Amino acid sequence: MYSASDLRKGLRVEIDGAPYIITDFNFVKPGKGASIYNCKMKNLITGNTLNRSYRSNDKLDEPKLEERTMRFSYVDGDAYVFIDKNFEQVNVSAEVLGVARFFLVEDIEVDILIHNDRPIGVELPTFIEKEIKETEPGYRGNTATNVTKSAKIEGGYELQVPLFINQGDVVKIDTRTGEYADRVSVAKGS
Amino acid sequence: MATGAPNRKKLAPPPAGGLRRLKALGPALALKSALLAAIRGFFHLRDYLEVETPVAVATPALELHIDAVRAGNKFLRTSPELHMKRLLCAGYGRIFQVGPCFRAGERGNLHNPEFTMLEWYRAKADYMDILDETRELLIDCAQKCLGRTWIEKNGVKINIADNWQILPVSGLFEKHAGWDPARDYDENRFETDLVALVEPRLPRDVPAVMKDYPAGAAALARLKKTDPRLAERWELYLGGIEIANAFSELTDASEQRKRFEDCARRRAARGAEIYEPDREFLAALETGMPDSAGIALGIDRLAMLFAGADSLDQVLPFR
Repeated sequence: MYSASDLRKGLRVEIDGAPYIITDFNFVKPGKGASIYNCKMKNLITGNTLNRSYRSNDKLDEPKLEERTMRFSYVDGDAYVFIDKNFEQVNVSAEVLGVARFFLVEDIEVDILIHNDRPIGVELPTFIEKEIKETEPGYRGNTATNVTKSAKIEGGYELQVPLFINQGDVVKIDTRTGEYADRVSVAKGS
Repeated sequence: MATGAPNRKKLAPPPAGGLRRLKALGPALALKSALLAAIRGFFHLRDYLEVETPVAVATPALELHIDAVRAGNKFLRTSPELHMKRLLCAGYGRIFQVGPCFRAGERGNLHNPEFTMLEWYRAKADYMDILDETRELLIDCAQKCLGRTWIEKNGVKINIADNWQILPVSGLFEKHAGWDPARDYDENRFETDLVALVEPRLPRDVPAVMKDYPAGAAALARLKKTDPRLAERWELYLGGIEIANAFSELTDASEQRKRFEDCARRRAARGAEIYEPDREFLAALETGMPDSAGIALGIDRLAMLFAGADSLDQVLPFR
């Protein structure tokens, strides 16, 4: 249980059974008056935002959240299977993973956020490396990065890459934005 | 890049509370130091006595919405008010103090649980005399610290040497909230409307003073002789930020005792800890306090405004 004076940016609270993170916090206390705690919050499952004001006597629930570091193992139908160092297994659905499912590589280490024993989010390393499976042939010598074309990686995820990228090249992708970040290696024979 | 670039690791940002931050605060620390020197200079020139009163106190001043921090079997003071008034009763008619005060749970851009307060008290003066003195103090401090009399808040210049706008609380509420809190005071409604409707509409380009509060919103202030529904209290706002609170002080011991009891009841109703009334203060009041006025002014917020900053983070080295 939290009281209003515990509220601060980054704190996670539970409202109507859903976990929220406080993204913006503002403490107001006029003159000799009562404290008002203004919070902007984001639902950790749906991403919806919410504005709420609390007074000193208000109480908030603490969500049962757990963060576990695990490695990606394999895909089983719609479930993405992660395993920790004690070989405990957690299945995460494609829906929870969202676009992150395209960036998984075997044995990649991720942080899984679990609410009431249900995985609700997966945090990947900032950069991952993936091979380009499909794109128009590259223009040799064109090293400009401001002109782009589309390319696909394994699983069909499409992203914009510079013109000099070829099929078979390995590129670095920023998992926060899903965008191309750098070329890692050039395809054999090109 | 024609060939594969090496795998670069992203560098972690510097820690927020580190030495790098302290080094960057140099100008803010210099400003605060100059401000303290200017304040002391101002009051010494006017024959004020600088005093120090206990930081750890047996009982904090009873205020409905101010909670004290415990320190062993004592409390850290929430303000030096009651001790300074005992000095007034003892005949020291011009006293000031700059020092730390503590309020539990108050943390935000404009609040820190530990902050520096300037308080001064003057016998044979009322709240409007203190208003003139406050204006002179702020002009003097701005000139000494900044070399000018204006400050800038959100791109708007505020000249402290301009005429200050004096705005009666009743009029402000009638205009912006549609009711007069002096007629029938409703504490919750008063505070909610103050924050949501009145404060945001105060002038931002000149110093603004809200004056004559409903009696229920001023536990230690004298009531107006011409209208006992109102208390002789004002608050100064610079750029919409509350900077100082002043009273004509209540000198009637039995009225003071009654207000403490009433305050204790209301604290109990909101589930807050009840502090014993300060008997030594009440005893001093019974022997007689001269007609006086006093003021509390937040030095950290003033330094913040002088620095053109939006948050105490930008002026306090340790948060």
